[in-house]
Formats: sequence, structure tokens, C-alpha cells
Amino acid sequence: MDRATVEAKMTDLLVDELGLDRDKIKMSAKFEEDLEVDSLGVVELLMALEDTFGVAIPDEEAEAIATVGQAVDVVMQKLAG
Amino acid sequence: MAARVALVTGGSRGIGRAVAERLAADGCRVAVNFHTRSDAADEVVAGIRSRGGEAFAVGGDVGDGGAVTAMFAAVEAALGPVEILVNNAGITADDLLLRMKPEAWEAVIRTNLDSVYHCTRTALRAMVKSRWGRVVNVASVAGISGNAGQANYAAAKAGVIGFTRSIAKEVGSRGITVNAVAPGFVETDMTDALGTSVRDVVVPSIAVGRFGTPQEIAAAVGYLASDDAAYVTGQVLVVDGGLSF
Repeated sequence: MDRATVEAKMTDLLVDELGLDRDKIKMSAKFEEDLEVDSLGVVELLMALEDTFGVAIPDEEAEAIATVGQAVDVVMQKLAG
Repeated sequence: MAARVALVTGGSRGIGRAVAERLAADGCRVAVNFHTRSDAADEVVAGIRSRGGEAFAVGGDVGDGGAVTAMFAAVEAALGPVEILVNNAGITADDLLLRMKPEAWEAVIRTNLDSVYHCTRTALRAMVKSRWGRVVNVASVAGISGNAGQANYAAAKAGVIGFTRSIAKEVGSRGITVNAVAPGFVETDMTDALGTSVRDVVVPSIAVGRFGTPQEIAAAVGYLASDDAAYVTGQVLVVDGGLSF
């Protein structure tokens, strides 16, 4: 799966699962500050990523994710194995 | 509205049985969990079906995380994701603390408190996703007032109350309420084990002047599980006939 595909799926998840405004979603956007996602929302997103991409994201790596782009990075790393 | 899917742990007897029957009468499709008494769970299921309801018996030790995972998978396959969870399963192993063996402490904490962690954690995933859920925990007045000879049971039930209030705060924004019902003395196998001398001492301290029925506890659970209770969360509803106020 190439990066553009992962980014597109990530954007869909943020809109569908967390009800975010599609126009506000940029790779540099911070979940908590820019997108107003609460801590449970970040957990929800991680669960959705695991379900959608079939990857497992350990807690210590999840804690380091602050932006949409960083979440894409982690998924890309996991998909690359 | 489609019939909600409810799971009642320890649903084969006592308060759990009455809760399963009540939720079925209120239109839910009910999974009746049991640990050892499959015959009793089958009887509850047969009774619900004979009244036109939908029910399903599912075995599993709720103190065991792996068993809980398997139980939720079985319920989801049979009825769909759990929307109403009633953490009811409980045991007692009473003794004065100076004589209480570690096994009696651990068994009661495991079945009455660890189970609430395992089941709620598992159930919340689907509830958060669907933005609707009800968790009702069966606590006890022992968890509020304490009770000589029940340090393990009272500690577990007090733990359930703290858990209830914490999770209510965590998931309130997702349309999920988390409440507890705290029964006093109720006519069940658990209180049948009390001798008549204990009963004679206790009854005069109950304002209503008698033990409660499982159906009277189930009515409170039914309310907290309903859409009507959407604005009630983090609460402990004491149903004890006026024992403890």
C-alpha cells in the first residue's frame, strides 16, 4: 500500500469514526490541539487503524503520535513489516 | 428501535436471573452468562423464550480474561455486539479478617471486581464505536457501609463503585452511561445462607421491614439500562428498603 493510499484511508477514518471536518485534516495537524480530538478519541482512532490496516500499534509507539502525518508514518512502518 | 442486545453476567440465578427476565420483558435480546450452572441458565432462557422473548445461554468464568474474550465473541456471533452490559456475577466467602485465608480474599476480588474490569473493557469497544451503551454494575450496600465478616466482599463492591464513577467520566461523551445499583438484603441463594438468627437481627433495621425481591433490584437495573436514563451516569442507586440511609 503506498503512502497516498494510507493518507486517504486515514482521512476517511477521521471523518467517519471521529466525525472530523474533512477540510481541516492536514498531515501536519495535531490531533489534540488542531483537531480537538480528546484522549479517548485518539484511542478510538488507534483501534480503527488496527482494524482497517490489520496492524498492531504498541502503547509506547501510540503515545508518540501527535499529528496525522505521524500516525501515517507508524502505519507505513508496520505495513512494511 | 431495534431490540437491544444485553449481556447479564451471573444470569442463571438470583438477582442476575431477575435482571435477564426483566430486560427480556423490556424488549432486549438477552445473553445469560453462567459459570457452573448451565441447567439453571437453560431454564432462564427457556422461560424467556416461552414468553416470546429472545435469549441465549453463554458459559464462562468472568474472572478469567481469556474466557471473557471468548464469551463476548460467542454473544456477538449469536446476537450481535453487546449494547447493555450488566455486571452482576458475584460470590461471597465471608469470614472475620483475622481468620480470612488469602484464597477467600482473592476469589472474591477476582469474581466480583476483576470480572467488571474484564467485561466492561471488552464491551466498551463496540459501545464507543456505536456511540451508545449502558453499563450497570451490581454493587452492594456492603460496599458503602461495610459489613463485619465481609471485608473481601465489601472491598470488591467499593471497588466496583469507584470503577463505575471513573468509567462514567471516561465514556460519558460517547453516549455511554455507567451506573451501579447497590442492593441491601435480597431473597436469594446468597442470603438464604444466612441463618434465621441473622435475619431476625437484620429485618428490624430495614425501614420497609422485609428483605427485597430480585425483581425489585431488576426494576432499578431496567431503568438504568433504558433510554430514559440517558442523563443519569456515575450514580449508585441504593435499593435496600431503607436499610442504610
